[in-house]
Amino acid sequence: MVKSRARLIAGTAAALSAALVMTGCGSKSSDGDTAAGSSGSSCVDTSGDTVKLGFLNSMSGAMSISEKTVSDSLNLAAEQINDAGGILGKKIEPIQEDGASEPTVFAEKAEKLIQSDCVAAVFGGWTSSSRVAMRPVFKSLNNILFYPVQYEGLEADHNIFYTGATTNQQIIPALDFLRTEKKIKSIFLAGSDYVFPRTANKIIKQYCEEYGIKVVGEEYQPLDQGAWGTAVDKIVSTKPDVVFNTINGDSNVAFLQAYDDKGLNSSNAPIVSVSIAEEEAAAIPVDLTGQMTSWNYYQTVESPENAAFVKAFKAKFGEKRVTSDPMEAAYTSMFLYKAMVEKAGSFDTEKVIGAADGITYAAPEGKVTVNGENHHIAKTNLIGQVQPDKLIKTIFSSDGPIEPDPFLKTYSWWDPSKE
Amino acid sequence: MDVVISQTFTGASYGATLLLVALGLTLTFGQMGVINMAHGEFLMAGAYSAYMTQQLITNADISIIFALPFAFIVAGLLGLLLEVLVISRMYHRTLDTLLVTFGVSLVLQQAAKDIFGAQAKAVKAPSWLHGQIPIFGYRYPLTQLFILVLSIACVIGLTSLLKYTGFGRQIRATVQNRDLAETVGVSTRSIDRLTFFIGSGLAGVAGVAVTLITATESTMGQEYIIWAFLVVVAGGIGQIKGAVIAAFALGITRAFLTYWTDGSMAVVLTFLLVVVFLQVRPQGLFATRTRSLA
Repeated sequence: MVKSRARLIAGTAAALSAALVMTGCGSKSSDGDTAAGSSGSSCVDTSGDTVKLGFLNSMSGAMSISEKTVSDSLNLAAEQINDAGGILGKKIEPIQEDGASEPTVFAEKAEKLIQSDCVAAVFGGWTSSSRVAMRPVFKSLNNILFYPVQYEGLEADHNIFYTGATTNQQIIPALDFLRTEKKIKSIFLAGSDYVFPRTANKIIKQYCEEYGIKVVGEEYQPLDQGAWGTAVDKIVSTKPDVVFNTINGDSNVAFLQAYDDKGLNSSNAPIVSVSIAEEEAAAIPVDLTGQMTSWNYYQTVESPENAAFVKAFKAKFGEKRVTSDPMEAAYTSMFLYKAMVEKAGSFDTEKVIGAADGITYAAPEGKVTVNGENHHIAKTNLIGQVQPDKLIKTIFSSDGPIEPDPFLKTYSWWDPSKE
Repeated sequence: MDVVISQTFTGASYGATLLLVALGLTLTFGQMGVINMAHGEFLMAGAYSAYMTQQLITNADISIIFALPFAFIVAGLLGLLLEVLVISRMYHRTLDTLLVTFGVSLVLQQAAKDIFGAQAKAVKAPSWLHGQIPIFGYRYPLTQLFILVLSIACVIGLTSLLKYTGFGRQIRATVQNRDLAETVGVSTRSIDRLTFFIGSGLAGVAGVAVTLITATESTMGQEYIIWAFLVVVAGGIGQIKGAVIAAFALGITRAFLTYWTDGSMAVVLTFLLVVVFLQVRPQGLFATRTRSLA
């Protein structure tokens, strides 16, 4: 469940562990803060002909199925960069650590990578809870994290670069598509019960209020429960123009089975999903043909860059492997880092961050540009449609790359304080 | 009125699934007093058996027919193995059994992940279960009807087995008074093993049914295990008719609460209702009368 577990974040446990980590690191932040910016405190050693970079992905536990794929694409990127001469003439020496699907372990390993291994930057993390747990570590030790997964937005950290989509690059473009192309008048919201779907649905409801779209239902199930029968009964009786699906994990299978059981399909009740990618689609034993998705990358994207990426990936890891949105975002992040370092002429954290603004890269998904202010990247939104073979084809794309706006400041209808 | 009908049927579907999972527990937990936390993983083994059957017999229309007995045997054998190797050494040590079987459940989950991968497997439903039949104006899904019929068939089968066969009498005799049963020549050890085999096998059958409504993956049993224990406890330990009533009551309650509140709140409220019910009636709907407990 590549994407799905993506944000298996959740709820309380995650918040709790995150809070623990934050308090844990709070005590250390004082000496970290004084060190911030002063290059003398960093133990990064680039006097030789290599530079160490940390890869921090869950190689064990529930998230490993997803995060191993990110580690693979990071290794591919490092290999390609090394073959082309490295960064500032220095070969990348990757140091892999296992986040073990535990936010607290992510924080510990991030600290280890920065303090013991003296890496210049770290690539990884997947769940929002892992990112939130690592955030204070990167702040206090003044290092850089490249985070490759789309998420719920409302964040912009000095020490983090977000190369996955924020909500105005995934959720809002999907709504624009539904409103202008599909002319929907009513919408039904179905999601798993934790921070990402709740935040996404809050945004969707304010959007719908602005544009006069009627929200005819809003249903949640806990992540580990799949009792979607009642919610699907409500979809049958309310007959929405579209169902906006923010369900995560295997609960999606149960939802779509109940959907199919009760006679619903893409022609009488179309769905737009933001957590179903190629791999998830293959694991769902019902016909999904015609159902829609919103992402920034599909394996089927037609561009020379993507053809080269898919070919290189399959050559290295096997013909049967597929490439997904977070994998592509991770791959892209390493090339963005390379460009930032080369522009800065240094591996120093502050110099690299200072050089970030305006860095562009012709990524497999299309051209991306780093926003130096909020540390997200401008990327193109792609509405996809599931094909009979469960691959996803682009049916609509945004008008070029969308500027990242994690706090939705440019959307007048958005009021974060409103419930 | 539409809502009453639709949620009664949807709730009955939840209930039928719970009943199927809980039925094996009425034997192993109810009759034998073993708290087997790995029961959910036997269900998972049953679901993967359905997947493997479908790899061999690719025609989904008939593979389910073979999957049911195959899953029964696979899960039953896993149960038998657990009984012989672990549980038989810790009868009358309830807490130890709970911890050990919890450990076994984690081992089985990891084993499934290693063998089949963490990504869920797609088990196709037979085409003859595709569609709905109208009942009182509600379009009742055939898959749900199938699970309902299967659970009722298992209840009838298990009840007849316990009531009318010599083996069933031996089980009941062992539960009611182990010493006396031994004195009249019942081999209580082999009865224990067989009971555990059947109880675990029923979890396997439930696993096949569950592939029709949810993802086949390593942690799938966790969704059902707590509910199944609730059904057995609320129904009265070891009571099949109690389990039947409790399963449908829980399922229908959950459906209506989901309709009025939301999915998460419905789970909380349903659990709360069970707690309140057990405060009022700690022995559950029906009490087991045995001499050995005295």
